[in-house]
Amino acid sequence: MSFRRSTPRLLTARETPSLSGGSEVDALSDAPRSDDPDRPRRKWSRRRRGSRLPWVPLFIIVFVLILPAILAPWLTPHDPLRGELGDRLIPPVWMSGGDSEFLLGTDKQGRDVLTRILYGARISLIVSAVAIVIGTVVGSTLGLLAGFYGGIIDRVVSWLVDTFLSLPVVLLALVIVSAIGPSFITIISIISVTIWAVFARQIRGETLSVRESDYVARARVAGASDLRIIVRHVLPNVANTLVVLATLQVGVVILEESSLSFIGAGIPRPQPSWGVMVADGRELILSAWWLTLFPGLAILLVVLSLNLVGDWLRDFMDPQTRQGR
Amino acid sequence: MKLRRSATPVVVEDPSSTSPVLRVRDLRTYLYTRWGTTRAVDGVSFDVEAGETLGIVGESGSGKSMLALSLVRLTPEPAARNVSGSVHVGGTDLLQLTERQMRSVRGRDIAMILQDPHQSLNPVFTVGDQLREALRSHNTGVNRRTANERAIQGLEDVGVPAPEGRMRNYPHELSGGMKQRIVGAMALAYDPKVLIADEPTTALDVTIQAQYLQLLKDVQVRTNVALIVITHDFGVIAQSCDRVAVMYAGRIVEHGPVDEIFDKPRHPYTRALLDSRPRSDVRMDRLATIRGQPPSLTDLPRGCRFADRCPYVVDHCRKEYPETVQTSGSHSAACWRVEEI
Repeated sequence: MSFRRSTPRLLTARETPSLSGGSEVDALSDAPRSDDPDRPRRKWSRRRRGSRLPWVPLFIIVFVLILPAILAPWLTPHDPLRGELGDRLIPPVWMSGGDSEFLLGTDKQGRDVLTRILYGARISLIVSAVAIVIGTVVGSTLGLLAGFYGGIIDRVVSWLVDTFLSLPVVLLALVIVSAIGPSFITIISIISVTIWAVFARQIRGETLSVRESDYVARARVAGASDLRIIVRHVLPNVANTLVVLATLQVGVVILEESSLSFIGAGIPRPQPSWGVMVADGRELILSAWWLTLFPGLAILLVVLSLNLVGDWLRDFMDPQTRQGR
Repeated sequence: MKLRRSATPVVVEDPSSTSPVLRVRDLRTYLYTRWGTTRAVDGVSFDVEAGETLGIVGESGSGKSMLALSLVRLTPEPAARNVSGSVHVGGTDLLQLTERQMRSVRGRDIAMILQDPHQSLNPVFTVGDQLREALRSHNTGVNRRTANERAIQGLEDVGVPAPEGRMRNYPHELSGGMKQRIVGAMALAYDPKVLIADEPTTALDVTIQAQYLQLLKDVQVRTNVALIVITHDFGVIAQSCDRVAVMYAGRIVEHGPVDEIFDKPRHPYTRALLDSRPRSDVRMDRLATIRGQPPSLTDLPRGCRFADRCPYVVDHCRKEYPETVQTSGSHSAACWRVEEI
């Protein structure tokens, strides 16, 4: 009896990934389910394993961020930069005084809020894509080198990482922008410079543990060169971290860009950055709340979705749970 | 017993069997740490011939793993340094090669199986990916398709059932014995002259252990590889080896054919080790132990390193390290009182 009871417990603990629904586990168990001591644990692990595609967040990312960024000019008849002063401060369409031409209302210069949000997605996407690519490439390269070789390289990289992570981004941005003026390039550079360190630190740590693993030792014994080991063994093992981190960092970058734009150190007006829109709506928040709410909601939803997708990716990329899908 | 040194060879032998494939002479690897110099491998010499299995046995910290790493020059940098000696594989001294040349030797002439199969495979790739990678890692012009065929063949050679199916598995889907077989297939990818197995069966359970040792033997018969099995388990030695070298505190204290070592150990340490095995033929309530601890490798005594734990110790043992005495044809031991034991 004791042996038979231990069998389903083992299966539960090991989380056999091919048993997708959990019903097979139950079928093997002949112990009554109600007094199964592992019940709470199984519930927890089922939730973790039940990481199905996060449809809602993906939907939001596609329809609020990616599609508008690509298709903005075709999605709306309005100009994001120029409005008719006669159309100023029209409330959203479902309010009294709303106009079906301006679904989410207009700002005090008569520009359509929805149009500006759509074009704002473009700015958010470009800024985050460029910054993430730079940050990932620079950060993971330095992190891999530092973690793999250690010694003086590691000390220099770690010192740089600590230094850059202790820079106050907002102050730095304010100083730079007041010196050379706000522009697209400036904001991208500032954000890239601050996020590479996050990647470098994380990848360095993972590399340290992968470097000590037996499969790296085995590759060495088999005569593989350092470059081959880094590219073929270390990188694939840190790649899932990299992907997850990059996804989560997109959210951080969008937030950072919005914050900098909000305080005027980011995207120069009249470009329709979400941060700029929130900032501009601030003084009218009591009367024309839609100016602040909708771009704010866009930021919130997109960043939240990115974080949720990042969480899901972390589960998905784990080779222990990847199988059976 | 072995007649290869007779003055007039009657039969012309295969040239590869006349000189050992692996010849190690006076190998010394020291670790320089802030606490002093650890003499992990301190003057080790042995030969292994093609098709022969040498067991290296010793307790933890006796330097056997460091010896294995020294042979492939993968001792932990920068602490470890090879101080002297030579490691000849088929005529070339590995210790004289550049790092680049050494890389082309590793895996091709001399391969290694590591202790834990669960750690030796990269968790993010399928078995097939890793085997193909191993087959292509020396840029010998193996194309994708031949690599695939050879990988499947390699799996068959190490007795993996349904190799095509296994190629698509991730390491976590396989059992320890299966993984160790696959690791074996990777080590054998280039038909090495020398295969070092560092505790190949410690992570496996006993029945799988026996199977794996048998597999190594079969592979050896087929490929004539010179095999070095490093272990702390005399059972593994008895099952798989032709000769044994017993290591203690960085040196080989006794070296000889398996049967002789088991029947007539000539070094007190070997004797004590054999006495502390659990046995089925003798009733015992407690296992015999060797009292004391091995000496610290940073601060070695001048004389015999086993002197403090040796029941046969005499004054002379503490003054001078014993010479290695040839007790019979191929059996030797380093003990002052070898004649009496």
